[in-house]
Amino acid sequence: MFGNKLIFALFLVSTATGASEPDAERQKELVRLVRQDCGSCHGMTLQGGLGPALLPASLHDKPPEGLVATIYFGRPGTPMPPWKQFMSEAEAGWIVKKLMSGFPQ
Amino acid sequence: MRLILSFLLALFLASCAGSQVRGTGDLGLIIERASGHVTLVDTTTRQPYARIGGLGDLSHASAVYSRDGRYAFVFGRDGGLTKIDMLEAKVVKRVIQSGNAIGGSISQDGRIVVVQNYTPGGIKAFDAETLELLSEVPAEYAPGKFSKVVGLADSSGNRFAYALFEGGEIWVSDFSNPRQPKTQRFPAGSQPYDGLVTPDGRYFLAGLFGEDGVAMLDLWQPDKGARKILENYGRGQEKLPVFKMPHLRGWSVAQGKAYLPAIGRHEVLVVDVATWKEVGRIPVRGQPVFVMARPDGRQVWVNFAFPDNGKMDVIDTLAGKVIHAFEPGKGILHMEFTPRGENVWLSARDDNKVLIYDTTTFTRIGEIAADNPSGIFFTTRAARIGF
Repeated sequence: MFGNKLIFALFLVSTATGASEPDAERQKELVRLVRQDCGSCHGMTLQGGLGPALLPASLHDKPPEGLVATIYFGRPGTPMPPWKQFMSEAEAGWIVKKLMSGFPQ
Repeated sequence: MRLILSFLLALFLASCAGSQVRGTGDLGLIIERASGHVTLVDTTTRQPYARIGGLGDLSHASAVYSRDGRYAFVFGRDGGLTKIDMLEAKVVKRVIQSGNAIGGSISQDGRIVVVQNYTPGGIKAFDAETLELLSEVPAEYAPGKFSKVVGLADSSGNRFAYALFEGGEIWVSDFSNPRQPKTQRFPAGSQPYDGLVTPDGRYFLAGLFGEDGVAMLDLWQPDKGARKILENYGRGQEKLPVFKMPHLRGWSVAQGKAYLPAIGRHEVLVVDVATWKEVGRIPVRGQPVFVMARPDGRQVWVNFAFPDNGKMDVIDTLAGKVIHAFEPGKGILHMEFTPRGENVWLSARDDNKVLIYDTTTFTRIGEIAADNPSGIFFTTRAARIGF
């Protein structure tokens, strides 16, 4: 089961880093979603809260595909919920890429 | 002598010029989370009267008041603790006390302000007058392991109760001697996410995320230990995803019943406070975040987690059901009732407004511009246990 998810997540990352970036309007929406709604646990400045920090320094040693899977499917046993009803796989990949390189304001 | 008197008189008159004597009972503040500002408001005129900046990261900020309602203590996410003079509308003192804070509380005698921290996990006590650090209690629940602290609430005898998210415990720290607090520990359950103390200060309740149920400690008889109530309220069914943790601090008790948000269920749980047994559940339109009683207890107002955070449901406690459901704005994060409950103020984060409603007719009677408003805190909290 996890293996399937991992393969799927790898697929997500490969598509996310390809040509299919969300358009400018959607990027703005996703930035707001991350800052405001992910921010209720991870902090608006992403320095962590009930959930861990999402800054480049805290994520750099984590495999991106795992992070995409965490956003998309949630992480059972923790408060992290799945966000798949609010974004596409590619958009989760875009968020991870931005988180790892310094998230826009 | 006469010269000195006339000099003092002149000084007195000068200090009065431009400021009039007034009370603080109808004042309050609005947190503007993104810009590090607070707007000070008057609930009689329903208008802002001042705006203060430079308070740092105010996402998830909260405030408590000195017992005279003159000073607000604002707890910022970045560990900032700011003391504001509500009458002079200025910052009196500001300290950065930790790296990542989540709120605070003030002691029964008003002399000690305690802050709860995520990083490093624990609580710190400050002199309410000077903000001098008095003592701290690190939340080290196992050797070298520190927990985030949630649900800090004041209780009688300058005691503070709180819960440890990773530690799964309730701790009670007695600050009778503020420089040497004494702490008792009680096993609570899996992942307490927030807590509250009942209006009489007797019971501390910690909501559990990791299991269905609520841990409860009788602060009058702490040696009896914490016990579980509302066990298995989810009845083993799979939880709905929770996109924002509920807050318990807006404690709702009315007609002998307590109203609490369910976790992972679109329901408000109703509990008899004599037996602590569930006596009902009320379906609502989302994951409840704040479940707050109007001061008279006739109504309970409920807001919701993303993606339902534009909605509000109003429960009539006599009818035991939702009697008014509406969409007041975008991103309704918090609410606060005027002292006797004729109005409620709602922060609509994504509309950059605070909306004022009449609680009898449900009509909007005013609004105030604010930059990404979140918490609203009125000075009436000064006289309430657990606020």
